[in-house]
Order: sequence, then C-alpha cells, then structure tokens
Amino acid sequence: MSTDTSKAAPDTTRIHNIGYRSYDGPRLGRAYARRSLFSQSLRGAYGLGRSAKSKVLPMLLFAVMCVPALIIVAVAVVTKQSKLSIEYTQYALFLQVVISIYLASQAPQSVSRDLRFRTVPLYFSRPIERVDYVLAKFGAMASALFVLTASPLLILWIGSMLAKMDFVEQSKMFGQGLVSVALLSLLFGGIGLVMAALTPRRGFGVAAVIAVFTISYGAVSTLMGIAYATENEGAIQWLGLFSPMTLIDGVQTAFLGAPTGFPDGGGPGAGVGVVYLLVVLALVAGSYGILMRRYRKVGL
Amino acid sequence: MYNPTVARLTYRALLGRRRALILFLLPGMLLLISAAVRGFNGADDQVAADVLGGFALATMVPLIGVIAGTGAIGPEIDDGSIVYLLSKPVKRPTIIFTKLIVAIAVTMVFSAVPTLIAGFILNGNGQQVAVAYTVAALVASITYSALFLLLGTVSRHAVVIGLVYALVWEALFGSLIAGAKTLSVQQWALALAEKVTGDGLVTSEVALPTASILLIAVTVAATWFAGHKLRTLKLAGEE
Repeated sequence: MSTDTSKAAPDTTRIHNIGYRSYDGPRLGRAYARRSLFSQSLRGAYGLGRSAKSKVLPMLLFAVMCVPALIIVAVAVVTKQSKLSIEYTQYALFLQVVISIYLASQAPQSVSRDLRFRTVPLYFSRPIERVDYVLAKFGAMASALFVLTASPLLILWIGSMLAKMDFVEQSKMFGQGLVSVALLSLLFGGIGLVMAALTPRRGFGVAAVIAVFTISYGAVSTLMGIAYATENEGAIQWLGLFSPMTLIDGVQTAFLGAPTGFPDGGGPGAGVGVVYLLVVLALVAGSYGILMRRYRKVGL
Repeated sequence: MYNPTVARLTYRALLGRRRALILFLLPGMLLLISAAVRGFNGADDQVAADVLGGFALATMVPLIGVIAGTGAIGPEIDDGSIVYLLSKPVKRPTIIFTKLIVAIAVTMVFSAVPTLIAGFILNGNGQQVAVAYTVAALVASITYSALFLLLGTVSRHAVVIGLVYALVWEALFGSLIAGAKTLSVQQWALALAEKVTGDGLVTSEVALPTASILLIAVTVAATWFAGHKLRTLKLAGEE
C-alpha cells in the first residue's frame, strides 16, 4: 500500500503558484524603528494610544503639576506684582512628590510589561539593536518627565509676560529653570527605568521606584536636619549627594542661581557644586550602562 | 478560615527573590539613621520620639504596609493567575483572611521589629519611647494591611493609590488640615502609643476609645469588603 502511493506520488504532486509576492516596497530601517519606539513610549507615558482608564492617572498628575502655576500666575496678574512669588527653579522641588508618583506609575508601564509578556524578543526581531531600545525608552521617559516639569515653568513664564515683568530677567530665570528640569528629567528617568526594569511585575516596580525616591529624600533631609541641629554645617553640603532631589537642588544652587532647599541656606558653592554635577552625570551614565547590561540577555 | 497552602504561596510571592530587598531597604535605612543620630547627638528622648514618629511610623510603616498589603494579592490579579486559586474549593473570604494574616505578619516583622531596635539604639527605651512606637507600629500594621489588601482587590493602581494615601493624605493633609488627622491610621495608632508613654512625648489628635473603635471597624470592614469583592471579581484584560 505504502509502496503504491510512493510510486504514484510523482504524478499527482503539484506545486501551485498561489500568488505570494515578496515585499519590494521601501524598507524604513533602523532609525525609523527607533523613532517609532520613542514616540510610542512617549505617548504611552501620557496614556495616549492606550485605554481611557490608563489616561486618567498621568493626565491627573499633569493637571496637579500645572494648577499651582496657574494660580500663582493669576494672583500675580491680578495684584500686579513685580516678580513671581516662586522661583522657576524651586517649582519642581515643591512638587517633587507629584513627580515621583508620576515616574513610579509610568516607568514600570514603559518597561515592565514588555518583560512580563516577553515581547522584548519581538522588538529585537526588527532592525533595532539593544542600544536603540534602551535609548528610545530612556529618551521617552526623560522627555515625558521634561514635558511634566517644563510645562508649569512655561505657564509661569507666559504669566510673567502677561503681568508685564522684566522680559530679559524673567527669560534668563526661565532658561535656568529649564536647564534644571532637563537635568532632573534625565536623572529621574534613568533611575526610575533602572528600578522598573529589574522586575517584570508592575506593582513591585511602582513600589521600588517610589521607595528609592521617597526614602532617600526623607533620610537625607532628616540627616541634614540633625547635622544642622548639632552644628555640623560642613556635613550638610556633602549629605545632599545621597538623594536624587537634593542632588538637583545642589547643582542648581551652585550654578543656576537658585535659592537652596538645604537647611539654613547651607547649599554647596561652586567647588562642591562641581562634585554634584559630576555625580548627576555619573548617575545618568550609570543608569544607561545598567539598562544596557539588563537587556544584554532578556526574556528568552 | 486559615489555609496553609494559600499562606505558603503568598509568603513566596512576597518574599521571593529580589522583592524582599525592597522590604529590607526601609528598615535598614531606619537603623542607619538611628545609629547616625545616636552618633551625632547622643541619647535624647525628644529626638528619639521625633525620629521614630517622623520616619518610622509616618513613612516606613505605611510604605511597608502598601508593599505587603497590595503585594499579597495585587500581582496575582494583575497577571490573571488568581483564577487558578479561585477555581479551587477554597472560600473567597478564607483566601482574603489568609492573605491578610500573611500581610500583617510581614508588615509587623519588617516595621515593628526595626522600630523596636531603632528605639533601643536611639535612647535605650528611655521613657518607654521604643515600646510605645513599637505598639503603634504593630497596631498600624494590622489596619494598613487590611486597608491596602482591599485596595489590591479593588483597583489595578492599588500601589499608586496606597502611596498617595500614605504620602499625601497622611503626611501632607494631616499636617495642614486638622480634620484630616481624625481620619488617619497613623493618628489612631499614636493614640495607643500616647497611652503607653503616658506623658507629653507622644501626642495624638484622637482620643483612645475613638481610635480603638475606628481601628477595629476599619480593619473588619476592609477585610469583609475585600472578601466580597473577590467573590464578584471580574478579570480585566490587559490595557
């Protein structure tokens, strides 16, 4: 029976041409894939392109960031003040809890789900390399944070124009504020993504990010208070190196003419400020390095 | 009411692999700060009360509570593996009760024990400060666990909501609006701490009877509602 069919096979077997064609359109390439990943991650950080429920939290936090700026501007315009009641550089410091919560909620959604559902290998089946994935995710997170922190500054700046304040002075301070929040976005985005990329579980990622930011800030400000109370003023400016928020505070105090949040105006001068800046840059580079290491072998 | 298998799985989920590191981070920080304070400052009852009240009870206990309470059930609902547990012949309230016991145990171990040690480092339990805050941490652990376990069954953003409650409501509004203090687990727990020290070192905004009633009521209501919620749980698709 079996020999029978094998003999009959050459006669009955046909290969039909059913019209499959190979793709001969344009290949958009690596840069395009990287750009798409960046814009998709950036939109995702504000819930755009995702379900209505996931838009609520980021949009709410964005509103919470902007409302105080609107109130300050409204008061300044109505009462015809000659300067705003808050410095551009101080704004992010006052609302740091909001920034941390935003980062904690959005950094894990950016990377944890790719890890949990093992979609990372699918990304790498496209013409992108590890460095493209990391750069796109890092860039998107930093940009999302920059949008979050720079928008209220823009509102303040426009408001100061409406209130007919000195254009040159306000613009200079606005520029300093933008530099400060750009540094902050890079630093926070990097640390947040590193914490989030460590776990495929979204909930634990959120907890890890918030724990790192809140606890380090709480611990550093407690220690600063103690150092101040026990008259160890020399220690205060070095303690600031141990939490992300006080790092940014130190850099902008030293170089961007910002009033310090350290106790008794004990912020670092230019010399120590260089150390602060170096630590910030090292942390940004370090989180990039850790992310690159993290994605060397993933999900397979 | 208590199912050892569910408990074992929950312990593994909470303390497995790297997750326990987050839980060790906070107590480690508290002990470090206590040692630093003692080194800088020497033993001082008021400073000890400030550190334990400001860092241990106000920050550490709620954060551990959030991580343990939502972590006991949240991730399972999140990735859908809860259906394997729900399809077993175990009552839903039993699952919640078991997970609550585990969450309480974890929160107590990681918050009350370090608080006690920190208290002894800070001032050797002078004026019962260490014991008072340990009692407060123990009591707060129970209520926080119940509350955040409920949040874990209600919302996918349980951790964020829990953190907003712990950081914004208790820390920020509690210090600005007097009325918010009455509705704060931290203040209820402080009422017990006040009773233990007996003088002006620890003060609470809430009287002891009110505090105890509210603590028990919130714990029982949250646990019941979480059990109810689990009975009618709908698994949402991934967003």
